Amino acid sequence: MSLQTESARDLHYVDALCEAFLQEMELDPSVVLFGIDVDDHKAIQGSTQGLLKRFGPERVFGTPLSEDAMTGVAIGAAMAGMRPIHVHIRMDFLMLAMNQLVNIASKAHYMYNGQVSVPLVVRSMIGKSWGQGAQHSQGLHSMFMHVPGLKVVAPSNAYDAKGCMISSIRDPNPVIFVEHRLLYNTKAPVPDKPYTVQFGKARVAKKGTEITIVGISNMFMECMRASELLSEEGIEAEVIDPISLVPLDIQTIYKSATKTGHLLIVDNSWTNCGASAEILARVAEMSEYRTPKLRRIGYAATTCPTTPALEEVFYPNPGTIAQTAYRMLTKGKTEWKPDPQRTKLSYQTEFRGPF
Amino acid sequence: MKAQNSEIYAHGYSDNDFQRIYRSLKLIRRAEEEIARVYPSDKIKSPVHLSIGQEAIAVGVCDALEATDAVSGTYRGHASYMAKGGSLERLFAELYGKATGITGGIGGSMHLIDIEHGVIGTSAVVGTTIPIAAGFSMSFKREKKGRVIAAFFGDGATEEGVFSETLNFAALHKLPILFICENNGYAIHTPISKRWATGRLCERVETYGIPTAAIEDQNVFKIRDAASGFINDMRAGAGPAFLEAKAYRWREHVGPNSDFDQGYRSEIDLEPWRKADQISLVGSLLSDSVRRLIDNAVDDAIDKAIAFAEQSPFPKTSRLYNNVFAN
Repeated sequence: MSLQTESARDLHYVDALCEAFLQEMELDPSVVLFGIDVDDHKAIQGSTQGLLKRFGPERVFGTPLSEDAMTGVAIGAAMAGMRPIHVHIRMDFLMLAMNQLVNIASKAHYMYNGQVSVPLVVRSMIGKSWGQGAQHSQGLHSMFMHVPGLKVVAPSNAYDAKGCMISSIRDPNPVIFVEHRLLYNTKAPVPDKPYTVQFGKARVAKKGTEITIVGISNMFMECMRASELLSEEGIEAEVIDPISLVPLDIQTIYKSATKTGHLLIVDNSWTNCGASAEILARVAEMSEYRTPKLRRIGYAATTCPTTPALEEVFYPNPGTIAQTAYRMLTKGKTEWKPDPQRTKLSYQTEFRGPF
Repeated sequence: MKAQNSEIYAHGYSDNDFQRIYRSLKLIRRAEEEIARVYPSDKIKSPVHLSIGQEAIAVGVCDALEATDAVSGTYRGHASYMAKGGSLERLFAELYGKATGITGGIGGSMHLIDIEHGVIGTSAVVGTTIPIAAGFSMSFKREKKGRVIAAFFGDGATEEGVFSETLNFAALHKLPILFICENNGYAIHTPISKRWATGRLCERVETYGIPTAAIEDQNVFKIRDAASGFINDMRAGAGPAFLEAKAYRWREHVGPNSDFDQGYRSEIDLEPWRKADQISLVGSLLSDSVRRLIDNAVDDAIDKAIAFAEQSPFPKTSRLYNNVFAN
């Protein structure tokens, strides 16, 4: 990542988000931010800290627990010329907003033939661990990828979080902004001035020759750690962060997969009909002569359990990612088990609850 | 539910008002009748939910609005679209699926919009436009120019959770929005008796601190008076209000025909509403010659709109992917 600029500081993901709101709201009075609890003392894990004080309750307000109506209000306000940011502390709650997002937000510009547009940002956070369980842990981005008219972004680090958020706020379309709770405490160099990260442009974060690994949202971080384990075994993986899922930079992924001949997608979600299925299908369709070897992993095809004993086998981790890659390359002929101490998810080494 | 009587109450209105309101009522009635007439030819490529018999609600409310105000409507939205001044020619072209239609043939009858005239877009999913309208009103409140929005929806929409959610939010934030329930007694074919625990809709709404009024007989002037009073208060910052206007759908739920032969309701029910028909009652307040002038002008406008629709081209297939995303 070429993130170093003169004005960059190491910033937490959560603070990078907050800085994006602050700077864009300063710049554009039509930007408003609302959602359940955005104005309380905890300020959505700190991501909306200080905004109420700075911009007042007209532009920053907590809402009733009415996701359906508040999504409609946000869409209407956007059509009328405002730029709302609607905040959901868990992605699971977006299910209550589906009607408005799928039936109006995604379609309004098209079905009203361009007479209105919906510059709306829908923030939501994927939760994980410490008993988040069935309804606080779902990565539901593929549901939104399915519907034309919605953009879907899932930044994996503080730099992209700020740049993607500013891009999302300035975008004239509805953007589903997928955050991950475990990324909030991660740091990256973040320029202090406003900047944008372009959608539809994947980042090749680590060069490699033997296998291409694409990690979505938080799983990108785990893929980077998996690539270190592989490296020690003499396998150089190319690791790609798609950053935005709609639009999707399939060319970069395809090019890399063609080069390495192996493509592994690691999603922060289920694989069935998921982002991983879509990426693999597109690469397969594009590969006219020789299709790279394709694999994907994600959540186990179950509901997320809360107990750590089961949660551990529910998620991919650097060990299972590395092992899957290893098997693809050795056609399963050689078994290899990385040191379990080094396959823990990154948060397990540096993050403690509570949420 | 019944229409009261066949006499018209029109206190405080002038002959000019009668003419204007009659023209609007007549335009909607005749346009809907023409849509029904053309429909069997299969030239109209869109499911139509006709407003015949319910025109007075849209006309009464929209007559109380300024040009800069807005309306939101439903899939039974031709009336509010026309009453707010939406283009007639582009409405017909839209129904024909033509490139000159109000959305270029994309949206059809159920997705009418005319932003220039304050029609913010109708929707086929029951209740969806209610919070959208509240979003517009939030924007209007912030701009402090006194603009308001009138949100039309049916009795079925009041059963959707989003209706209650929006009432609460609009009242909490004192948004300048007039909610209008066009209560025609049926959700498709299911009567209110099978859907509502009680009929006390206005009472339910009042618990949010929202003032309400119910108009039982389609009287366009009563509707206008009620709307106008609420709107004036709203412009002064009073917050939302709610109007329940009883109505009767004369034709089938969707399509051009009457449906009394289907057994779920009886033509006898229509009788009091026929007697209360606002087109004849308001028409009777005008002299024959004036009424005839208006009738002819309305028919001319509709003929012109149909000719426009007939002569317009279909959109090119190359525009299929236009507007998936805004630039």
